[in-house]
Amino acid sequence: MVVKVLFFAALYERVGMRQVTMELPEGSTVAELQRTLAERFPQLATYGSSLLFAVNAAYVPSNEPLRDGDEVALIPPVSGGI
Amino acid sequence: MMRIEIVSHSLQPGRLIEEVRRDESGAVTLFLGVVRNYNEGRRVLYLEYDAYPDMAVKVMEQIVEEARQRWTIDDVAIEHRIGRLEIGETSLAVAVATPHRREGFEACHYVVDRLKEIVPIWKKEVWEGGEEWIEGSLEATPESAKQS
Repeated sequence: MVVKVLFFAALYERVGMRQVTMELPEGSTVAELQRTLAERFPQLATYGSSLLFAVNAAYVPSNEPLRDGDEVALIPPVSGGI
Repeated sequence: MMRIEIVSHSLQPGRLIEEVRRDESGAVTLFLGVVRNYNEGRRVLYLEYDAYPDMAVKVMEQIVEEARQRWTIDDVAIEHRIGRLEIGETSLAVAVATPHRREGFEACHYVVDRLKEIVPIWKKEVWEGGEEWIEGSLEATPESAKQS
């Protein structure tokens, strides 16, 4: 299956792209996607546990299973507002 | 009623006040987030905000629903600006119309605190000789981000 991965803020600057598509085995979870991403983008490795994930614009736990066509966002600690 | 938007132009808080006020509301509470020139000992030149706009709007809608379970709110308007903001410019405007003042203060306070905790918006501070994406809310979890 193929999912779209979105990068924002510091992650966007580290990766240099707003989004990538990733091919994953059927039934992969968000955590598995994170491992695959860290192989392709070693510059993401330092983030680890401070990242949250959203699938189709809603926060999910890292054991969330993914489906073909999902839009997955990596959410570093937020700092909006003021 | 509510209106929530991520925009890239300068905010006009007076419009939000007019938009939310209604005959049954005895209080209109307005909060503005403003770019300040100094943070943690550094002289800030400007800020840059990034957002995941679709999700940011959804999460702010969720926060307003949470506030509505706690207080009577007649209307709310929220605008968050993204892109480059200079010192003194407004990054966030929250206007809340309520029957009475206490619920207005409390609801506005709640919305702004919760926004800083879970809404996918980020700011980069640029100062003389460097820049950094600020990592504000380190305690947020998928559970704490769920409707409470």
